[in-house]
Amino acid sequence: MPRVCKGVVVAAIDVLRWLKQRWRGLLGGVMASSSAAQAATLPEDKAEAIFHVYDGGGVKATGPALLVRKSLADKVSLQAQYYVDAVSNASIDVVTTASPFKETRKAWDFSAETVVRDSTVALSLSRSTEPDYIAESVGLDTTHEVFGGMTTVSLGFTRSKDQVGKKDVVGFIDQALHWQWRSGVTQVLSPRWLVSLNAEAVSDSGYLGSPYRAARVFGAAVPERNPRTRSSRAIKLRSITDTQAWWAGSSLRAEYRYYWDNWDVRAHTTEVGGSKMLAERLLLDASLRFYSQGEALFYSDNASSETLYLSRNRQLSSFNSTSVAARLTYTWPGLPAGYDVKLTGSYEFKQFRFKDFTDLRTGQAYGHNAHVLQAYVSATF
Amino acid sequence: MQRLFSLALVALTMAGFLPGCAVQPWVKPYERERLAAPVMQFSRGALADKHREHIHNVREGARGATGVQGGGCGCN
Repeated sequence: MPRVCKGVVVAAIDVLRWLKQRWRGLLGGVMASSSAAQAATLPEDKAEAIFHVYDGGGVKATGPALLVRKSLADKVSLQAQYYVDAVSNASIDVVTTASPFKETRKAWDFSAETVVRDSTVALSLSRSTEPDYIAESVGLDTTHEVFGGMTTVSLGFTRSKDQVGKKDVVGFIDQALHWQWRSGVTQVLSPRWLVSLNAEAVSDSGYLGSPYRAARVFGAAVPERNPRTRSSRAIKLRSITDTQAWWAGSSLRAEYRYYWDNWDVRAHTTEVGGSKMLAERLLLDASLRFYSQGEALFYSDNASSETLYLSRNRQLSSFNSTSVAARLTYTWPGLPAGYDVKLTGSYEFKQFRFKDFTDLRTGQAYGHNAHVLQAYVSATF
Repeated sequence: MQRLFSLALVALTMAGFLPGCAVQPWVKPYERERLAAPVMQFSRGALADKHREHIHNVREGARGATGVQGGGCGCN
């Protein structure tokens, strides 16, 4: 390790320590009177910074994101996130029916989490802005440990409101509301086996399409017409098993999600992966993901009759997607006890193959590949 | 499928009543050391999960039940 880098990290840790002591000094006296022992614990203090890249299908989205979580006198844990997506869009929709464009999406998230006996309760707020789209949400999540800590039950709710705009039109043209209800249970099955089951119901109302996207009827482009309500359900089962007995420092995980909604979209998502400690401080993760979905009732690549609802949104068409991913995590050595810094790099290759979406430039079924890169540093303190 | 979803919700709710059952926790806290190992974590980072979730949300018809907390999504 370069000596200069090590010096910078140690200096940064010293600053964090100093801030921690100052913070305790300021708030400790105020909060100490109610610092009773609790069974559930707040998330540990941490900071994350990431640079992310998605490049595929004519779309390139890059940007940084930051996250900071800090507890106040062990009573409330506050978290702030800032996320940027700088998008350069020349997707097949854009190049065949409009002009390539660039835009930036910025999102802020704030949350406050506290512990009540064996439960945690978190309130979160978020706001995402684009030149022609604003999404705001408020969420409430709670987790509860039962059965001697072997079972963790979670419940959550998010309500979102979107303001939909259109380029060259002043103000907003419409809005959409979303309600998300989620629940989950994580179960320790053995000292080396963990499973979780998650379920989520989402209801939407309002404008659920894109003002830029066109459908096709007898080969002619017409504005898409989506229903103004949508209701979906999803359940997901995950399992992770320690395979130390067969291969030192390794684990295997598998997950499956089934999704269905009242637009008649049905989807299966299967992911399998493994983790392996390559050295004391080097962790490798690898995974495979398979996704397939059927098309919505009102989807048509080129409709042969006029119908009330009509879409050529390929997100609602039938297609398959396959991904392979690898991630390497390095734990920085020589830090004081209680501090942990990890450097991570990951790459994912994705392949999309559409069964009923014609590339109007070639007349062939459309498909594309994509590359996803993440480089990030995370620190707990 | 509606029935399957309802059953899943009932199962998740019933999990909250496990302490009242006769079955005792069979994995003691001191036996859970391996579950805290780095290789045994579903997630490696909140921001990385959020990025991946966003990529899928704007390109696939399916959504939800990922374990990643929801929020506003500029998906226009």
